[in-house]
Amino acid sequence: MDEPQIYAQLAKLFEDVFDDDSISVTPELSAKDVDGWDSLTHIRLLLSIEKAFKIKFTTSEIGSLKNVGDLVALIKERA
Amino acid sequence: MNPLYSELQWLPRAPLEFSSRLKALTNSTGPLGRELQALALSALDLNQLTKLAKAIDKARAEGKSLDSLTPFKLAVLSNSTIDMILPALVASAARYGIVLEVIQPSYDQVAQEALTPDSKVNSSKPDAVLFALDHRALPLKLSLGDAETAFATVQVAIGYLQALRDGIKANSNAVCIFQSFAPPVETLFGSFDRVLPGTTKDLINKINHELTDFILGSGDVLLDVAGLAEIVGTCDWHDPQLWNMAKFAFSDQLIPLYADHVARTIAAIRGKSRKALILDLDNTIWGGVIGDDGLDGIQIAQGDARGEAHLAMQRLALDLRARGIVLAVCSKNSDEVARKPFEQHPEMLLKLDHIAVFQANWSDKATNIQAIAEELSLGLDAMVFLDDNPAERGLVRKLLPQVAVPELPEEPSYYARTLAAAGYFESVAFASEDLKRAGFYQENAKRAVLQKQVGGVDAYLASLDMTITFQPFDAIGRARIMQLINKSNQYNLTTRRYTDPEVAAAEDDPAVFTLQVRLADIFGDNGMISVVICRLNGAGAWEIDTWLMSCRVLGRKVEHMVLREILEHARAAGIKKLVGIYRPTDRNKLVIDHYAKLGFSKIEEETSGLTRWELLLEGAAPESAPMKVISSLIASDLERSI
Repeated sequence: MDEPQIYAQLAKLFEDVFDDDSISVTPELSAKDVDGWDSLTHIRLLLSIEKAFKIKFTTSEIGSLKNVGDLVALIKERA
Repeated sequence: MNPLYSELQWLPRAPLEFSSRLKALTNSTGPLGRELQALALSALDLNQLTKLAKAIDKARAEGKSLDSLTPFKLAVLSNSTIDMILPALVASAARYGIVLEVIQPSYDQVAQEALTPDSKVNSSKPDAVLFALDHRALPLKLSLGDAETAFATVQVAIGYLQALRDGIKANSNAVCIFQSFAPPVETLFGSFDRVLPGTTKDLINKINHELTDFILGSGDVLLDVAGLAEIVGTCDWHDPQLWNMAKFAFSDQLIPLYADHVARTIAAIRGKSRKALILDLDNTIWGGVIGDDGLDGIQIAQGDARGEAHLAMQRLALDLRARGIVLAVCSKNSDEVARKPFEQHPEMLLKLDHIAVFQANWSDKATNIQAIAEELSLGLDAMVFLDDNPAERGLVRKLLPQVAVPELPEEPSYYARTLAAAGYFESVAFASEDLKRAGFYQENAKRAVLQKQVGGVDAYLASLDMTITFQPFDAIGRARIMQLINKSNQYNLTTRRYTDPEVAAAEDDPAVFTLQVRLADIFGDNGMISVVICRLNGAGAWEIDTWLMSCRVLGRKVEHMVLREILEHARAAGIKKLVGIYRPTDRNKLVIDHYAKLGFSKIEEETSGLTRWELLLEGAAPESAPMKVISSLIASDLERSI
């Protein structure tokens, strides 16, 4: 799966998880930029991503994510 | 994970436009109860449940009318993170007609909240308190091989749970819902863990056992989480990574299932459990079609895999009846034919005196289900309707949304499991009155009088998006044509059987007009469902030698569309008159009025019961039906051939 495909699918997942279709999913995007992106929604987001891409993240990977760019790199490695 | 449970497969899939429908609702000003419940009635994932809960909370906060929904206040006390579960509870409760207000105290404040009179939970006066505790909430210390210490550990744990209950009883008198404890996966010895006193498995088993003892007869309620985890598998239930990361007591993928179980328990506390099971017959409680296959052709015998699958379904229905669920029948069949297996088939478990109302006729099932509900003096929201046919399920769901209609898998071996998994008959107590209920309808297997037809059948037909395809007989279709000609009994005007060479000859005979008819709809392709043979009979007339149809597509107005197609080609061939014949057999009463309904006039009636009908092409304009027509018959070819 290439990056544009990953971003396209992530955009759908962000909309689903945050119930907000105005979020623009860019590599720089991080929790502080999105209203309601707290620690629990973060987990719901990652669980939704795991399910959608049929992958599994390790606990330390989840802890090391700083922004969407990191996340996409990780998905690219797995999916 | 088994998708029956993790994806709630007894529920219809969530509509693609779920989010937009939800948005439209939140902006509407009318009463929202029914619409929100309708959205909750499909299988929603965690994100969809969260969105729906948000909409419900918003509607409640804005004081909008949630009319039909029953309010319920639930406090949830837990030693784990429940923030992601609570919205799922709110949305799942709507599925059961309940608008749930959730009281959530701070994380892991179980004892403080239960025991303090003016705690958040107690002062909110909840209807019920759910103790969403798992084994990590209990002081379980291993005491391998030490039965005495193990016993003491169990007593301490039970004492703790009892103290929680006493606190709630004294301070807010809410119903207490306890959870049984799902044993962890990891063993110490292996199988021996179950034998040796003082292992984790031994302690948890004993606590679960004692817990049921103190709940039975107490008025409090058990949510059998241990049983649920066992059903889905404890290794899928427990997710150590999620516990470590966020203190989730069980896998996020099972939250929709868990939430549905909490919701059905609350519904049961509120007396909303369903009370009657309405059964379709053909391919639901036996294999095959009684009207076509006959008493010796249906599959219901032990030793036959298909038959055993349907027998298991009958067994479950019978066991449900033994616990007080009323049974009824709703089938498209003639009454006499439908009753025959109940009266005469030696392998049938269900007998007529188990059935309170027996509706076998050719009217639509929504109208019949309404008649059953009236006959039983039960609400439609007390009914469950089981049918293998997705179109019938769709019709009943659309016209009578209060009736629970489970999706069924292709394989009948899983019917019983699917019905049980749906939990429509969830109960929190069992009283002697329950036992009497099913027997209360002593006048067995009676027929209810049909009231006026439930509206909207035509709109429903239109929503099926049907496509009807007409072709002349050909070699590719011949096997199925043969099968229909030689097997159909009910919707068969003349019941003439033909051999392969005879059918092949009809393909090329210029004096014969043939039709094979296929029907597809939103549920899929029904395949070939009707066959017609017309023979040139004297000057300017076609005699309809054969007209048959599969009963699966009854009530779709397929016969009207077939007549239109026949007329079109008859006209093109210069035909002036159609002649129809009804030859009665002991199986085809269904079509005795076939030609009358299509506007033919009766011209002759023999003592044998055979009737002859005619329709003059001039001015004939049969009713149309909402379906797309594809015809590969070219009028000019026909002219040439005849």
